[in-house]
Order: sequence, then C-alpha cells, then structure tokens
Amino acid sequence: MSTETKTTQHQPADPVKKINRRWTRSGGRPRPSSNFELFSWYFFRISGVLLLFFALLHLLIMHLINNVDVITYQFIAERWASPLWRTYDLLLLVLALTHGLNGVRVLIYDYIHARGWRTFAISVLYTVGILFLLLGAQVILTFQPQLQNVAPK
Amino acid sequence: MYRGQSGMWLWILHRLTGVGILGFLFLHIADTYLVGFGAEYFNELLFLYKNPPFRVLEWFLVGAVLFHGFNGIRVIVMDFWDKAVDNHKLLVQITIIAFFVVWLPSGYFMLKPVFFH
Repeated sequence: MSTETKTTQHQPADPVKKINRRWTRSGGRPRPSSNFELFSWYFFRISGVLLLFFALLHLLIMHLINNVDVITYQFIAERWASPLWRTYDLLLLVLALTHGLNGVRVLIYDYIHARGWRTFAISVLYTVGILFLLLGAQVILTFQPQLQNVAPK
Repeated sequence: MYRGQSGMWLWILHRLTGVGILGFLFLHIADTYLVGFGAEYFNELLFLYKNPPFRVLEWFLVGAVLFHGFNGIRVIVMDFWDKAVDNHKLLVQITIIAFFVVWLPSGYFMLKPVFFH
C-alpha cells in the first residue's frame, strides 16, 4: 500500500504543516528531519528503553515483592534514607514525566488542528507538566522523616 | 500492511495505555507529595489503594506499563532494523505472547494476598 516507505523518509520541518505520508512501513512515526522533532523522536526511544528498566524494576519492587499493604510512611522514610533510592526515584520521575508529556504533545499535534486550541492545549500541558515535575522533585529531594512517627513498634 | 491489521490495533492500544499511564503518574506524584506533610496524612490516604477494586486496577496498570514497554521495543526494533519489518507479523505475535507470559503470572502474585489470605 501507499505506506511502503523507508523509515528514513523525511518529513516537513514544521509539525503543524500538513504531512503527506504519516506512517512508515513499521507503523511508527517517521523519523523527522527538523531539529526538535528529530530530538523528540530519539528521546522517545532512548527514554523508553531506560524506562523499561527503571519502571519495570520499580513495579517489581513496589507492587510484587512489596505491595500497598506494607508501603506506609515508615516504608518510604526507610527507603528514602538512602540517597541511592532518592536518585533512582528522581530519575524515574523525570524520565516518565518527560516521556509522557512528549507523548501528549504528539497527540495534541495529531488531533487538535485549530491553531488557537492547539496553543491553549500546549500551554496547559507545559504548565501542568512543569508544576508536577517540581512537586515530585521537591518531595523526593527535601523529604525529612518525622522521627516521632517512625519509632519502632 | 498497516491499516486495519494487527499493527494498527497495537498502535491504538499504545496511545491509550500511554495516556492512561500518564494519568496515573499525575495521581501518583500527588499522593507521593503528601508524604511531605507527615505520616498521618500519607497513611490516611493509602486506604484508597488498599481496597480490592483498586488492587485489580493496580494489576491493569502493571498490564498497561508492560504492554506499552513491550510494544515500544517492537516499534524501536522495526525503526532500526529493516529485516524486522519484513517479519512484522511474527514480531506482533511475540509482543502479544511476551505480554501475557509476564502479565498473567504477575496477576497471580499481586492478587493472591488480596483474595486468598
């Protein structure tokens, strides 16, 4: 069919412009040629591979080996006593959030065509994204356990 | 080879699971933020995640992450390796089988303490 193109098919630089051929043979997004979109394309794939490790290990530890019955304030306090776990969680937060926000950015360009609504949606996305990134980073970096509440039972 | 075939359904599922995971990530950042307010606030909130319906949803969340991850690998492999594109149907089958092989046993381990304790 008409989608029989190589993955190296170049696209117009501006994602707002009409794209004639939207899909490659593989069904994925064609590798874009503009600087930012090309960066975004690689970022998806690199952060995705990293997330496969970080997110699946996170799920394995927090949802299979442990579960919500044992995850309490004390559990978090003990876990975040180690700077290694704080670094791990911060890395997971940044990777997952930027990967997800980039995904919504692509969805907005795909489904919202009116310029005004698109600008509005992108503005909301970046505002909410930066807010949640700061909230998440703040609690991971500045958390201090209340010692009277984590006394041994 | 694309429209109406397996690749299209996986593409739709990839977008849906992606949005779903991001939605949960926002909730998860909000609940983790409460840990900064102290034990009472955080432990109070956790009742939400402890009830059985939410534990089943939690298993579906794991499923969404597994599918999104495995399907993502499939897309990356096809992006960088032309031979993989020639065998795209086999790759789709491998992706689906790998997903269930990991997701179903994870459900046994995640839901056993909820329903058979």
